[in-house]
Amino acid sequence: MGSHAQDHHHGPAKGISRWLFTTNHKDIGSMYLIFSFAMFLIGGAMAMVIRAELFQPGLQIVEPNFFNQMTTMHGLIMVFGAVMPAFVGLANWMLPLMVGAPDMALPRMNNWSFWLLPAAFLMLLSTLFMPGGAPNFGWTFYAPLSTTYGPPSTTFFIFAVHIMGVSSIMGAINVIATILNMRAPGMTLMKMPLFVWTWLITAFLLIAVMPVLAGVVTMMLMDIHFGTSFFDAAGGGDPVLFQHIFWFFGHPEVYIMILPAFGVVSQIIPAFARKPLFGYASMVYAVGAIAILSFLVWAHHMFTVGIPLFGQLFFMYATMLIAVPTGVKVFNWVATMFRGSMTFEAPMLFSVAFVILFTIGGFSGLMLAIAPADFQYHDTYFVVAHFHYVLVPGAIFGIYAAVYYWLPKWTGHMYDEVLAKTHFWMSFVGMNLAFFPMHFLGLAGMPRRIPDYALQFSNFNMISSIGAFMFGLTQLLFLFIVVKCALGGPKAPAKPWEGAEGLEWEVDSPAPYHTFSTPPEIK
Amino acid sequence: MGVQVRQAMAGLAISLLSAPAMADWTMNMTPGVTAVSNEIFNLHMTILWICVVIGVIVFAVMFWSIFAHRKSRGAKPANFHENTTVEILWTVVPILILVGMAIPATSTLVKMYDTEASDLDIMITGYQWRWRYDYIGEDYGFFSSMSTSWDEIYNRTEKGENYLLEVDNPLVIPAGKKVRFLMTANDVIHSWWVPAFAVKKDTIPGFINEAWTRVDKPGIYRGQCAELCGKDHAFMPIVVKVVPPDEYNDWLEAQKEAAARERELTSKDWSLAELVERGQRVYAAQCVACHGAEGRGNPPIFPALRGNERMLGDLQWHLGVLVNGVRGTAMQAYGDQLSEVDLAAVVTFTRNALGNNQGDMVTPLEVRDFKNAQQ
Ligand code: HEC
Ligand SMILES: [Cu+2]
Repeated sequence: MGSHAQDHHHGPAKGISRWLFTTNHKDIGSMYLIFSFAMFLIGGAMAMVIRAELFQPGLQIVEPNFFNQMTTMHGLIMVFGAVMPAFVGLANWMLPLMVGAPDMALPRMNNWSFWLLPAAFLMLLSTLFMPGGAPNFGWTFYAPLSTTYGPPSTTFFIFAVHIMGVSSIMGAINVIATILNMRAPGMTLMKMPLFVWTWLITAFLLIAVMPVLAGVVTMMLMDIHFGTSFFDAAGGGDPVLFQHIFWFFGHPEVYIMILPAFGVVSQIIPAFARKPLFGYASMVYAVGAIAILSFLVWAHHMFTVGIPLFGQLFFMYATMLIAVPTGVKVFNWVATMFRGSMTFEAPMLFSVAFVILFTIGGFSGLMLAIAPADFQYHDTYFVVAHFHYVLVPGAIFGIYAAVYYWLPKWTGHMYDEVLAKTHFWMSFVGMNLAFFPMHFLGLAGMPRRIPDYALQFSNFNMISSIGAFMFGLTQLLFLFIVVKCALGGPKAPAKPWEGAEGLEWEVDSPAPYHTFSTPPEIK
Repeated sequence: MGVQVRQAMAGLAISLLSAPAMADWTMNMTPGVTAVSNEIFNLHMTILWICVVIGVIVFAVMFWSIFAHRKSRGAKPANFHENTTVEILWTVVPILILVGMAIPATSTLVKMYDTEASDLDIMITGYQWRWRYDYIGEDYGFFSSMSTSWDEIYNRTEKGENYLLEVDNPLVIPAGKKVRFLMTANDVIHSWWVPAFAVKKDTIPGFINEAWTRVDKPGIYRGQCAELCGKDHAFMPIVVKVVPPDEYNDWLEAQKEAAARERELTSKDWSLAELVERGQRVYAAQCVACHGAEGRGNPPIFPALRGNERMLGDLQWHLGVLVNGVRGTAMQAYGDQLSEVDLAAVVTFTRNALGNNQGDMVTPLEVRDFKNAQQ
């Protein structure tokens, strides 16, 4: 490789300035991943508080107002602080390596979009210590609970959302610019790995909806401080308008959190089945279809708000339609496994679990799409079960699969497979124990976002809490595994996985600080 | 800490061991007691079984592959990566299934939206954190608040059978009649949900939503607020008593008479002690949630009333806050919510209790004059 000779001249800077001023996609990728894991632990600790309070009926540990702060901050931190930055971290590390580019297209902006995040989240977390406490109106922050009735810290929350929005938009621009302009010669769009494809589409979604989020929080800001009444009925405004705008952002947002995971799994399953991905083209079209449909289904979050019958029907049909491309993806993954020659290292275990559990989350999603039935499911633990099934074994297992898959490339060492499998099985059992009973709770009638519940819900809540504690503790094992792998371990070859394919496996492990300074040849 | 852990472990052991003996393992949606709730239940079960069947097929193929096509069993990988027939099939078949689902779902939805031709209309208003029910055309309405005690919630006494699902004044409706609910809210968005009727509708300030039900079987049905509405969202249950139409008519007459008697109390000659005594009950029912049992509130969101200089210093202002509320905050206007007697009582109470000892009072007649002067 031509880049070798240059490594000596362009190694990383020394000390803290390496991290503050770096424009290197690998450094920035690592920072994103470390940041998101720190947020994951903080958001997780909040989940532990929630599950501890719900362990038994009655109020034991926290007051209702603090409980609401915990559910709100847990949601905000997991969505904006853990899952989204983790995928941006993976994109930073892997997209240039996968398309054969020397770096991201806009390296300085890359640095800036990362460093905005700690600022945003420090501000968000500081609201916990403000008079009146942190935001307590749920991560969906419906007006007027969040405007007229919100705590004083709401203003800081709005500013934090603006900053993370800017960060996301810049990250998305960078991804699009890199993928569209910096692919190695010969890598046509339909030759791109699926992780690249899913990220390209995700980035367009981000650019489309983050400004909508920024708009809605700005309207809140105006209502709170500048005397407007966008969402205040007493001043001629409309509280339901808030929900329309929020979910116009919010629904594509859930696909922003899952599409890159689709990409990851589509890389890993063929690698460990030692067989090409089934239906590559249909996978690409399915992701595109899902992305487009995701703009047309937002009001399925609002079936009980009182939208007219016609609207109700439109959003029900559109939502049901999403099951079709999603089904295609699942069938393709299963067909890829079929008649392969499979082994089950940690990345594959997480990917297989992804397919199974995400499918379960998809099924409950289909049930929720049936508008009449949604009148019984809406705002109950059934919904909580549903979105945790798509986000935990969906997004988060996808991230774990990716990390184990590429960790040898990042560190140059193999991770400890026994520990990693332990991490997988404990997470798998804990997660199902925590979230499966929530389906029953919701169907039996337990509303979400309550710190205390009627006695008939006691048993399943206790089981759920035990599972949550187990899942939570297990994630510390992951930290140990990664640190151990970073510090040492068996030397990883350039291509540690027998069936893996792609440009990232053509550079050494660990990947040199600069790669693909001269573009690779695509056959 | 140790004790708590041990209690928790004991609780766990008990609930797991006595599992079969308890009915607390409800896992499914209630079929409910109305035609609509039954239809919804059937839709739910149909889609559930469709998902189960698809799941079993997909996972069977997958687990078979995981079992048989593993490297350790010497499986050699095939090399196929597309098959147009199969791909078209697994796109078209799901669409057909979805159409099959959409038809009954649409028909049920149309029924749920048909609020025409009701026998009785009831206005439901969500408040932080209780419900108000107004019988439209009857000039009668009342508030319905949770009656579970804080001692139960804070584990100081045994929890009752209907813990968190019991209220002081249940909504009463006649059996076999089509009841239309008109729904709105006074402050934030709430959601009125009774699972047995499959009625769940958001109550939104500035909007009036509609829903309806017809319950044939008399009985007591329970539900909860379903939309996060602030601190005590968990504590605004719904109880509906369905009674035979005759009993309903008798009940309504009796309530209206009682309300008229209540109104007459305004002209009675009240002593300070009487007002304080009545005010204590009003305060406990209406104000404790925000201003606290001891009047300490939770500053800066909910001001303390104990030793509140501004309040004690200016009786007119104090009365004004109660009657008109403070716009843009959680402090509601109680002028239309409480009777003049109760307003006088709670103002007098807060000036002469909760550590305050102002010695002055306001009579129900003065409250009436105050309200009239505003108009
Ligand atoms: C839903 C919560 C809530 C309830 C219930 C409530 N209040 Fe308030 N109250 C408030 C808030 C918030 C304020 C502060 C308003 C402001 O910012 O000026 C307030 C202010 C007051 C004040 C003025 C004190 C001051 O210093 O500003 C009085 C007096 C008062 N409430 C009495 C009552 C009484 C009596 C009741 C019961 C009938 C009651 N409140 C019920 C939330 C509540
Ligand atoms: Cu409510």
